[in-house]
Amino acid sequence: MSATRTVERPSNRTVMPPSRQRRGRRLVLGTPLPPWYVQLAKALVLGVFCAVVIAPFVAIISTSIAPRDQISRAGGLVLWPDAVNLDAYRSILSGGVVTQAALISVGVTVVGTALSLFTSCLLAYGLSRPGSFASRPMLLIILFSMLFSAGIIPTYLLVRGVGLIDTLWALILPTMISGFNVVVLRSFFMNIPAELLESARIDGAGEWRIFSGIVIPLSKAVLAVIGLFYAVSYWNAYFNALIYLNDSGLWPLQLVLRTYVINETALSNTDLSVAENLPAQPSLQMAILVVSLVPILIVYPFLQRHFAKGMMIGAVKG
Amino acid sequence: MPPSTAERLAPPVAAAPSKPVGAAHRRPRLPWWRRLSRDRMLVLFALPGMLAVLLFQYVPLLGNVIAFKAYQPFLGIGESPWVGLENFRIIFNGDPAFLAALRNTLILTGLQALLVFPAPIVLALLLNSLFSDRIKRLVQNVLYLPHFLSWVIVVAVFQQMLGGSGLLNNFLRSHDMAALEIIGNPDVFHLLLTAQIIWKDTGWATIIFLAALSTVDPQLYEAAAVDGAGRLRQMWHITLPALKGVIILLFILRLGDSLSVGFEQIILQQAAVGRGVSEVLDTYVYNNGIVGGQWGVSAAVGLVKGVVGVILVLGANKVAHIFGEQGVYKS
Repeated sequence: MSATRTVERPSNRTVMPPSRQRRGRRLVLGTPLPPWYVQLAKALVLGVFCAVVIAPFVAIISTSIAPRDQISRAGGLVLWPDAVNLDAYRSILSGGVVTQAALISVGVTVVGTALSLFTSCLLAYGLSRPGSFASRPMLLIILFSMLFSAGIIPTYLLVRGVGLIDTLWALILPTMISGFNVVVLRSFFMNIPAELLESARIDGAGEWRIFSGIVIPLSKAVLAVIGLFYAVSYWNAYFNALIYLNDSGLWPLQLVLRTYVINETALSNTDLSVAENLPAQPSLQMAILVVSLVPILIVYPFLQRHFAKGMMIGAVKG
Repeated sequence: MPPSTAERLAPPVAAAPSKPVGAAHRRPRLPWWRRLSRDRMLVLFALPGMLAVLLFQYVPLLGNVIAFKAYQPFLGIGESPWVGLENFRIIFNGDPAFLAALRNTLILTGLQALLVFPAPIVLALLLNSLFSDRIKRLVQNVLYLPHFLSWVIVVAVFQQMLGGSGLLNNFLRSHDMAALEIIGNPDVFHLLLTAQIIWKDTGWATIIFLAALSTVDPQLYEAAAVDGAGRLRQMWHITLPALKGVIILLFILRLGDSLSVGFEQIILQQAAVGRGVSEVLDTYVYNNGIVGGQWGVSAAVGLVKGVVGVILVLGANKVAHIFGEQGVYKS
């Protein structure tokens, strides 16, 4: 199979118009194709890499929906379910610890992302006009904050000092602004043609009007990417919840995941507030894992379409 | 960017059309109060974000004074007595727990520099050598995914796959082979941590190398081929030099983080393997300070760690400049 491929390649590629040849490295004229065993080795290496990434997800999802007897026969995870059984999801989502944690995570993610995006956009726009008052020192302050961190203890003392311990704001406010995201947004805003904003100003639009009516609508794509970056970081945040929340009633999903999946504390009927017999523990654990994965898997296709571009803006202009 | 002299001297009319946002603000150097009143809306826009950064990133810097105090929570930072360098004695006198944490940190940093750092470069070269764009994109999309998972999920996945009753060991047992003790085994813990980082971030880290490779002019390869260079020599003389700047940049940034070896990842697994092999500087600060209440000592360790990190970045950047590379910022 690889032999036929290698034979037809050159004729295909040589007729390719030059513009299509820009992305990455293509076949080079005059260089013999690598021998078949090199091609095979490459395919194998990449295949193994992909399998190592995908296989765990298949096993996790399979175990969460596998029937009880199959799990006890396997003694743990199964690679493919005999039948589909959604009892585990019904149990964890019927109002116990996991449901509550999931709701908290969703709430923190939604509120946090909205706040982060709003303040970051305002900040980035405020800094996007070279020569405006104090924009340069403010930009330097942002850039420097990316280079160091004040340390765990002083940050903890500050968060405690402003009274955020055991409140959900402790999960949002300390990480509300990401310097990297602000820099990306700023360089995007700087690329909006000045004439556009100038003509709006001549027509009598104020800064807020220009920002909300012109700048934001023109930046939808970058806002989507940055918003998703923020959302993923709020959803995944674990460290802040660990140190700032002593009250387990406020725990987000990641801490619940740690308790019941990593530390393997068994889930009881009272934890889940379910009366009937619970499904097998591995199913429950894997169902929690899947619940915490699903939002990422849902946003991932949107994310991956844009992130190369978003990263590039940051890398080039930052 | 500060405006160059040429830009400042350029006649306003000629310069205006192609200028980005704010060109109109640039030329007249008004006194600061006039500029403040002109730009008050912009400053107002920037204010909430700036306040958040100042409050949560800069104010805590001042909190580092407790490294020089015998901090007592009920007295507060201001009232706690000064003790000079007392808290730093633990570092310089070689407290065994501190030294163990330092040793683990250095081992992990070494492993990461050796195994984690080159992995995405190799993978990017491999991806770049594929002829089919479609396969390349498919592989990329699969390999980027783990980057977006939290450490809790990654650690849980590793446990489920490699743990005592995980997928791998169940498979081995059902085929009459001895089970491998990987999770919770102190002997392989450092390698396990390294493997987890590779699994999570190698794919994502290729993105920046692939971006650098996409800017290489294909004619360079053709010219090299005409001169008789084979694939390996093309890689050595064209592809790798194209990556040099990025590699140096990332290495400098990595160096600045060399005393941070993954707090979340390690703290999640500390209970399973014990502190002997898993205590690193960050977990030492957390365990002694926030959990154990030795605020001053922990803050001292954290402070030294932070200062060393900044020195390493600036120093490495200096070295990069000496060798004619751009580094993180221009000199």
